[in-house]
Amino acid sequence: MTRVGLIRLVVIAALIGALELACRTGLIDHRIIIAPSEMASALWTLLASGSLDADIARTLGLIGLVTALSIVLGFAAGVAIHALPRLREALDPFFATYYAVPVFIFYPVLIAIFGLTLMPIVLIGVSTAIVAMIIATLNGLDRVPRVLGKVARVHRLGRIATALQLQLPAAAPYLFTGIKLAVSYGFIAVIAAEFILSPAGLGRDIADAYADFNNRRMYALILFLLVVATLVNAVLHSLDMRFAARRSGGRA
Amino acid sequence: MSTARRTADTLLLLAGLVVFWEILHRAAGETAMPAPLPTFAYLLHNLTTPRFIANLTTTGLELGYALLLAYGIGLAIGVWLGAHRLSGAVGEPILVSLYSLPKITLYPVVLLIFGLGISGKVAFGALHGVLPVALLTMGAIRAIPPVYLRAARALQLSPWQTITIVLLPAALPEVFTGLRIGFTVTLLGVLLGEMFASKEGLGAMIIDALQLVQGEEMMTVAIVLFAFAALANGLLFFVEHRLRRV
Repeated sequence: MTRVGLIRLVVIAALIGALELACRTGLIDHRIIIAPSEMASALWTLLASGSLDADIARTLGLIGLVTALSIVLGFAAGVAIHALPRLREALDPFFATYYAVPVFIFYPVLIAIFGLTLMPIVLIGVSTAIVAMIIATLNGLDRVPRVLGKVARVHRLGRIATALQLQLPAAAPYLFTGIKLAVSYGFIAVIAAEFILSPAGLGRDIADAYADFNNRRMYALILFLLVVATLVNAVLHSLDMRFAARRSGGRA
Repeated sequence: MSTARRTADTLLLLAGLVVFWEILHRAAGETAMPAPLPTFAYLLHNLTTPRFIANLTTTGLELGYALLLAYGIGLAIGVWLGAHRLSGAVGEPILVSLYSLPKITLYPVVLLIFGLGISGKVAFGALHGVLPVALLTMGAIRAIPPVYLRAARALQLSPWQTITIVLLPAALPEVFTGLRIGFTVTLLGVLLGEMFASKEGLGAMIIDALQLVQGEEMMTVAIVLFAFAALANGLLFFVEHRLRRV
């Protein structure tokens, strides 16, 4: 491990240790924050009991569904919009402001239309995540080098072969950025929707535990979600690094 | 000519959105989704009611305080991590991973610490805004050519003078990008905070309207928030554009 990595580990350990100490000595009231070791043991008991399984499956399944839909539909929409320059010019102002407006505020409106089913969560998740994928697809297609079109013509490649063998690999880094954002937005939107108003799911569990003053359960659930999110981000980050290394390796 | 056409196309799309809304209204029914025209009438009629103004003021106040905190703390962290190489190397990955966490999971913790009043929502909004401001400020300061710092040393400027006279002006355009993104996410944080366990503010108004099956009110608040966010973003974007050209 590098020296910087070691220092980072020490800093994080010190922060957690300080929190542990402050909680154990009563400096921080256990009605506000419980000690990190207690959070971990509470999470362990909760996971071992199996009572959380249904909600974990529901929430992670929803996040997976939202992300997959956003990536597939966003990519298709991006390709279509790229082929229609006039539509794209008209859409540009929408794309530029989309993430500046709180789209999430439409979640209650969706509940009013579809009721407390899975539909509002899926729709708010997809509408949050899909635009990042569309923008990333447009960016990627914009940056496919022109010379590749000539290469395709020289090799007499068909439309599909050109797309699969030349354009897709050239756009891949941008597409991956879109995928990363879609995962992250999907995660945030699903959890937020569940937290605000939903019949079930981990977000709802946290809100319930908060309302019941059940701090052990609440902190266990929070810890679980933060660990899952951190793991997912770490996997995506390492994939990103690997792609980048391969690209620069190929060029050198 | 082409700008005119582009504007016309964009307006056409906006009109398409209103048509889509009307179709949604026909499909979903009067209570779930009110029609566009009655909603706009409702909007014009209710924007000036004391109840709406009170909620608007609450949200505005919360947003203001949250921005003050997010900008202050974010800039301080960003300058520190940008100027001190080791701190930056240690701190950046921590900030990046915190940035991508779903912060809504931490809202109960914020509520336990700061309480259910205005301060909980302010803290939650600031929690959202601090990270992008800090990260972009750090990046901006790192991108400053080292020769500026050597010049500052040659002129024997104090650390404070170095920050205010050399570092901040050089980093301003990118720092401003951080402030713009910080604004957006802080607003989102404040609204999310209001949507859960709150009685005041526009976010709470939307949830109340949902429970009272007040479609017009929900759409009215959403439109007002959209318009405000888009306008503020446009304004900040304009300033940022000007800064970059100088």
